[in-house]
Amino acid sequence: MASDTLTETPTAALKPVPEITAHGVQRQRSGLMDWLTTTDHKKIGILYLVTTFVFFILGGVEALMIRLQLGTAQNTLLTPETYNQLFTMHGTTMIFLFVVPIMAGFGNYFVPLMIGARDMAFPRLNALSFWLLLSGGLVFYASIFFTPPEAGWTSYTPLSLEAFSPSGGQDAWIFLVHLTGLSSLVGAVNFYVTIANMRAPGMGWGRLPLFVWTILVYAILLILALPVIAGAVTLLLTDRHFGTGFFDPTQGGSPLLWQHLFWFFGHPEVYIMVLPGFGIISEVLPVFARKPIFGYKAVAASSVVIAFLGLLVWAHHMFTTPSPTVVLVFFMMSSFLIAIPTGVKIFNWVATLWRGTIEFKTPLIFCIGFLSQFLIGGITGIMVAIFPVDWQVHDTYFVVAHFHYVLMGGAVFAIFAGIYYWFPKITGRMLNEPLGKWSFALMFIGFNVTFLIQHTIGMDGMPRRVYEYPDVGHLQLYNQISTVGAFILGLGILLTIINVLRSVKKGPVAGPDPWKGNTLEWFTESPPPLNNFDLVPRIRSVEPMKDIRREVERQSEPALAAASPSAESTLRG
Amino acid sequence: MGLLPRRYIFSLAAVAATAASLLVTPAAMADFFSPESGGSPNANRIDTLYWITFAIAMVIFAAVIGTLGYCLVKFRARKGAVAAQIHGNTRLEIAWTVGAALILVVLAVVTFAALPGIRDPENSDAAAAAGIVQPVAAHGNKKVPADGKALNIDVNGQQYIWRYTYPDGDDNNLNNPFSYTEMVVPVGVTVTLDIRAQDVAHSWWIPKLGGKMDAVPGYTNYTWFKVIKPGVYHGQCAELCGRNHANMIATVRAVSPAEYKQYIERLKNDTKSADAAAAVSRKKLDANPQANP
Ligand code: HEM
Ligand SMILES: [Cu+2]
Ligand SMILES: [Cu+2]
Repeated sequence: MASDTLTETPTAALKPVPEITAHGVQRQRSGLMDWLTTTDHKKIGILYLVTTFVFFILGGVEALMIRLQLGTAQNTLLTPETYNQLFTMHGTTMIFLFVVPIMAGFGNYFVPLMIGARDMAFPRLNALSFWLLLSGGLVFYASIFFTPPEAGWTSYTPLSLEAFSPSGGQDAWIFLVHLTGLSSLVGAVNFYVTIANMRAPGMGWGRLPLFVWTILVYAILLILALPVIAGAVTLLLTDRHFGTGFFDPTQGGSPLLWQHLFWFFGHPEVYIMVLPGFGIISEVLPVFARKPIFGYKAVAASSVVIAFLGLLVWAHHMFTTPSPTVVLVFFMMSSFLIAIPTGVKIFNWVATLWRGTIEFKTPLIFCIGFLSQFLIGGITGIMVAIFPVDWQVHDTYFVVAHFHYVLMGGAVFAIFAGIYYWFPKITGRMLNEPLGKWSFALMFIGFNVTFLIQHTIGMDGMPRRVYEYPDVGHLQLYNQISTVGAFILGLGILLTIINVLRSVKKGPVAGPDPWKGNTLEWFTESPPPLNNFDLVPRIRSVEPMKDIRREVERQSEPALAAASPSAESTLRG
Repeated sequence: MGLLPRRYIFSLAAVAATAASLLVTPAAMADFFSPESGGSPNANRIDTLYWITFAIAMVIFAAVIGTLGYCLVKFRARKGAVAAQIHGNTRLEIAWTVGAALILVVLAVVTFAALPGIRDPENSDAAAAAGIVQPVAAHGNKKVPADGKALNIDVNGQQYIWRYTYPDGDDNNLNNPFSYTEMVVPVGVTVTLDIRAQDVAHSWWIPKLGGKMDAVPGYTNYTWFKVIKPGVYHGQCAELCGRNHANMIATVRAVSPAEYKQYIERLKNDTKSADAAAAVSRKKLDANPQANP
C-alpha cells in the first residue's frame, strides 16, 4: 500500500516523503472483530464518523417528514402525536447523536495526527466513549418500537413529567442524555490529556493547530456543562418515577429551575457544536488560500473567550419567562459580548482570503458557504439577544431559522468542508470534485430556500412545534417554499453520500499530501499506518508541513535526480 | 480549471433562488421583514426597535459579504499569482474588535432607550377609561401605568385553552365574569395581564399586541397592551404544551368602552342565571334524591 502511493506520485522527489520504517507489530485481527475491539484512534474515529452520519441521515429523514407535514395548511398527513415525536427525535438526534459526536469523530482521527502523537492518551477509554455513544443512540431509537418522547429536545417540565408524558419514550430520552453525556465526558478528558501531554517536540501552545485548539476548548466546555445536565435529567427521572418534586409545581418544585439547569448546559452545547467547526474552517481556509491564517493568536484566543462567555449567556433562552428586568439585561449584555470574539473570527477568516491565491476546491467552497450562512445566523443571534425583540420572535419560526443558520448553515457546512478536506487522508482516495461542487450548490440553494423564508414565517406569527397552521395570509406559500427547499437540501446531501460511497473504492489515489496541507496529518501516509508516524519532526511554526516542504525543496534542489530526498535535519526520531 | 465558469453558474443560481424566495410576495413588504405590529403601542415600538436593528444588521451583512465576494473574485488562483504571506496585523485586528464593540454599544443604547415604552404600561385614554379602570398595584415584575390605574385581566393557560377572568369591582373573585379563548377589551384602555398556567407551561402571544410572555405553573408573568383600533386580533399559544399546542388559539376583540361594559354585564347576568338555574335543580334534587341519576 505504502509503496504504491509513493511510486504513483511522479513528483515525489519534490514532496516530503513519509519515512515509515516499521508498521504495526501486533498481528492484525480480521474484519468485524477488529472493528469491535479496536482501540486505534483512527478506527474509532471512523466508527464515530460513520455512526454519527447515519444518525444525521435519520435526523434528516425526520426533518423531511416534518417539512412534508407543513407543506400545506391544515395537513392531516401526520397526527399531532407523531409530529411531536418527530421534532423531538429530530432535534435530539441532530444535537446529541450527530453534531456533538461527529466533532469527536474528527477530533479522534485528527488530534493525534495533528499533534504528532501515535494515539490518544487513553485508547481503551476512547473505545468506551464510542460504545457509550452508540448505546445512547440505540436506547433512544429503540423507543420508536413503543412510544418516542414528545416534549421537544428541551423536555421542559411539567410537560415532561409523568403526569403529562407517561410514556417510556421520555425515559429513553433521559437515558440518551446520560449515555451520550458519559461518552462525551470520557472523551473530553481523553482529548484534554492528549492535547496537554502528547504534542510533538517544539509544539508549544502557540504552535498548536487551530482545529486542536477548538477541540481543547470543546473538551473543557463539555467537562463544565455536561455534569449539570446529567444531574438535571437524573432529578427529572426521580421526579417521574420516585415521587420527588424538584420540577413539579404541585409539590413545591420549579419548572424554571429545570429551564435554568437545561440551558446552563444547553447554551454551552451550542458552542460545543460550533467551535470545532470554527476549527475546521481555520484549517481549511489557509490551505486553499495558500496563506497563513490571519491573526493566529486572535483566532485561537477568541475560541477561549467564546467558551468563557458561552457559560454566561444561558438565560437568553428564557427572556419570556417570569424574570426580573435586571436578569434580562444581564443576559442581553453577555450575549452581546460573545458577538465580539465571534465577529473577530469572521473578520480574520475573510482577511485570510485577502491577497491569497484562492483555489476553489470543494472544501474551500463549503467554507464559503459556512462564512456567509454563519454570518446570517450570527446577525439574527444579536437580534434575538435584544430581549424586547425576542419577546416577538421567541419560540417562532424566526428562531428555528436562526439556529438552523448557526447549526446547519454553520456547523454542518463546516463538517462537510472537513469531510471533503480529510477524506483523502482517511481513505487514501480523493472525492470527486464536480460531484462535490454539485452537492454544495444544491445544499447551498436548498438550505437558503428552506430557512431564509422561515424568518418571515415566524414574524407573521407562526410558533414553532406546531403540527398545523391556518391558511391565512401567505403562510401556506411560505411554508411550501420552505418544504421545497428542504428536499433540494436533502438531494445535495445525498450527492455527497453517493460521492463518498463511490470514492472509497474508486476515487483516484490521494497520496500523502494532496492539498499541500499545513499540519502534521499530511506528513504521514494516507491512510496513516497503525502507529501514525515513525519519525516525528521538531515543530518550528504553526505550519510544520510548509517548513518541511521548504526544507525538502532546498535539499533536493542540488540533487534533483535523487529518488528519495532526506529531510533528516527537520526530523527527530 | 475548466470548472471555473460553472462556479459562476452555481453562485448565480444560488443568488437568484435566494432572491426569488424573498420576492415572490407582493404582500405588504413591511410585515415581510419585521414583526407584526399596529395593534398596540408596545408592539409598534418593538417593531421600530427591530427596524433599527435590522438596518444596522444589513450594513454589517453587506460589508462582510461584499468583502468576502471581492476576495473570492479578486484573489482567486491565477497563473503566476503569489499569495502574500501575511500573518496578521495587530492594529487592524484591534480596530475591528473595537468597531464590533462600538456597534454593540449603539445597539444597547437604542434598546435601553426603547425599553421603557415597551415594558411600562401607558396611561389609558381618559375618555375611554371612566368606569372601567381600577387602581392596580405594582409589585415584583409587575409594572403599572403612571396614573396607577388599568383594566387588570387574569389570563390562565390550560391544556389547550385560554381562560380570562375580568375584574368586577368587588373583593370576591369567585363571582368574577370570565370567558374562554376570546378576550374582549375596550379600545383606548390600558389592559394589564396577570399570566398564569394551570398544568404545563404555555405562552401568551397576540403578535399585533406585543411580545409573548410565558405562562409557567407556580409563577405569575405580566404584560400589557392598549388597543388602538377596534377589531379582532389573533394569536396562539407559543410554548409547546402537548399534542394540541397548535390549536390553543387566542383572540382579543377590541370594542368601544360602552360595548365592553355591556359585554361584562351580559357575562355577569349569564353567570347569575346559570347560578339560579343550578339552585333550582339543586333544590329539586334535595327534595327528591332518587331522581339523582
Ligand atoms: C437537514 C436539514 C434540516 C431541516 C430541513 C430541518 C428542519 C427543521 C424544522 C422544520 C424544525 C422545526 C420543527 C417544529 O418546530 O415543529 C426543526 C427543529 C429543530 N432542528 Fe432541524 N432541520 C435540519 C437540520 C438540523 C440540524 C443539522 C440541526 C442541528 C444540529 C437541527 C436542529 C434542530 C433542533 C434542535 C430543532 C428543535 C427541535 C425542537 O423543537 O425540539 N436541525 N428542524
Ligand atoms: Cu399552551
Ligand atoms: Cu402551547
